Amino acid sequence: MDVLTPRTLDEALRLKAERPDAVPIQGGTDVMVELNFDRARPPALLNLNEVAELRGWSKEDGRIRLGAGLTYTEAMQTPLPALAEASRTVGGPQIRNRGTIGGNLGTSSPAGDALPPLLVCGGQVRVGSVRGERTLPLEEFVTGVKRNALADDELILDVTVDAEPGRQTFLKVGPRNAMVISVVSLALRVDGELTASFGSAGPVPGLVRAPLDDAESFPEQVASAASPIDDVRGTAAYRRHALRVLTRRALERCLV
Amino acid sequence: MRISLRVNGEAHEADVWEGESLLYVLRERLGYPGSKNACEQGECGSCSVMLDGDLVCACLVLAAQADGHDLVTVEGLAEDGRLHRVQEAFVAAGAVQCGFCTPGLVVAAADLLQRTADPSDDEIREALSGNLCRCTGYAKIFDAVRMAAQ
Repeated sequence: MDVLTPRTLDEALRLKAERPDAVPIQGGTDVMVELNFDRARPPALLNLNEVAELRGWSKEDGRIRLGAGLTYTEAMQTPLPALAEASRTVGGPQIRNRGTIGGNLGTSSPAGDALPPLLVCGGQVRVGSVRGERTLPLEEFVTGVKRNALADDELILDVTVDAEPGRQTFLKVGPRNAMVISVVSLALRVDGELTASFGSAGPVPGLVRAPLDDAESFPEQVASAASPIDDVRGTAAYRRHALRVLTRRALERCLV
Repeated sequence: MRISLRVNGEAHEADVWEGESLLYVLRERLGYPGSKNACEQGECGSCSVMLDGDLVCACLVLAAQADGHDLVTVEGLAEDGRLHRVQEAFVAAGAVQCGFCTPGLVVAAADLLQRTADPSDDEIREALSGNLCRCTGYAKIFDAVRMAAQ
C-alpha cells in the first residue's frame, strides 16, 4: 500500500490521475474503519489533509461554497440552519472534528446526515480532475447506495448551496442523541415552496417539493416518496411512519 | 514508510505500515499506551488524543496523516510531576471503575475545560458524548468534570 500526500490541489489531481486506484482519505471516519477491520486494502491512499484549497467555506456570487474538507465542527458555524443542525448530530466531538462534508458526499451513504440539508439548499457538487472541472446537482451526484458519479480520476472539490436558505430545520431519529447512524432523517426548507429531503429511507436521499398550500398533505407526500427497507436499525413501516411525524414537526417549526 | 511527529512536546520518528492507525503507532511503536484500543471505529472515545489542538480518535487518524503534526496524549496532561486538574478531580470524585475509558474521558474533559471554563451539564454531556463508560453510569464522571471546572 502507498500513501500519497499532496500539498496542493494541482498535485492532488495529478496524483489521482496517475493513481486512479488511490482511495481519497480526509477525516478518516469512514476509510479508517474499513482499514482497521481488514475490510479494505486499497493499493494506495490519497491523504488530502494537507491540501489547503479544500478547506473552509466562503460566500461567492450569492452562493455559499463549502470546501470538501469542511469538518462537521466547522459546518456547525455556517449560516445554513439545517446543515448546522445536522452536523451537530453527527457522532461525537471527536468525529465532528475530523469527518468532512466531502467525505459524506464521497461515501454517498443513504444515511449521510449532511446530504438532506445540502439537497434542500440546492446543493451543486463541483468535482475536478486534470481533465478539468464539472458541476452537477447533488441529486445527480449520488447514484445509488454508496455509489456516486465521481470518475476514477476525479476528486470532490466543493459543494455550493443557496445563500438565502429560507426557514430550515433538520430532524433525525436514533436510539440516542449522539453517535448514531440515522434510522431516518429529514431536512425541511420553507421559502416560496416546501422542500424536504430524507435520509435512510431509500437507496439515495430523497427530494420532495410542493407548493406552500400543500402543508397539510406534505407529511404524507414525503412518506409516500420514500422507499425504505427493513434492517437492523428499523423497519420500513416504522421509517415511513417516522418520516410523516418528522415532516409534521419540521413544518411546525418552520411555518410560523 | 517513515513518519516524524511530536508527541507531548517530544520529537519522534517511526517506521510504520502505510495502512496503520495513529493509535497503533502511539501504543505499539512509540511507547504511549495511555490511549486505549477498544472499538477501532470511533465509537468509544477511549483513544482520544489532541491532534494539533483538536480532540480526535487516534484510531481514525492514518499514521501518515500525523506526519509533521503535534499530538498530546493523556500522558502529556500532567506537568512537572503534577497531575492535570481533570486527573486530580477524577481521583477525588472516584470517577473510575475498571479504568479502561478513563484516559479518553480525561482528555475529552480537558479539551472541554480548555474551551469552556464553566460548562453547564448539557455542555458536559455533549462534550463527553463520544466517550463510552460501561461501568459507572457517568454520575461520578460528571461530578469530576464539575469539580475540575471550579
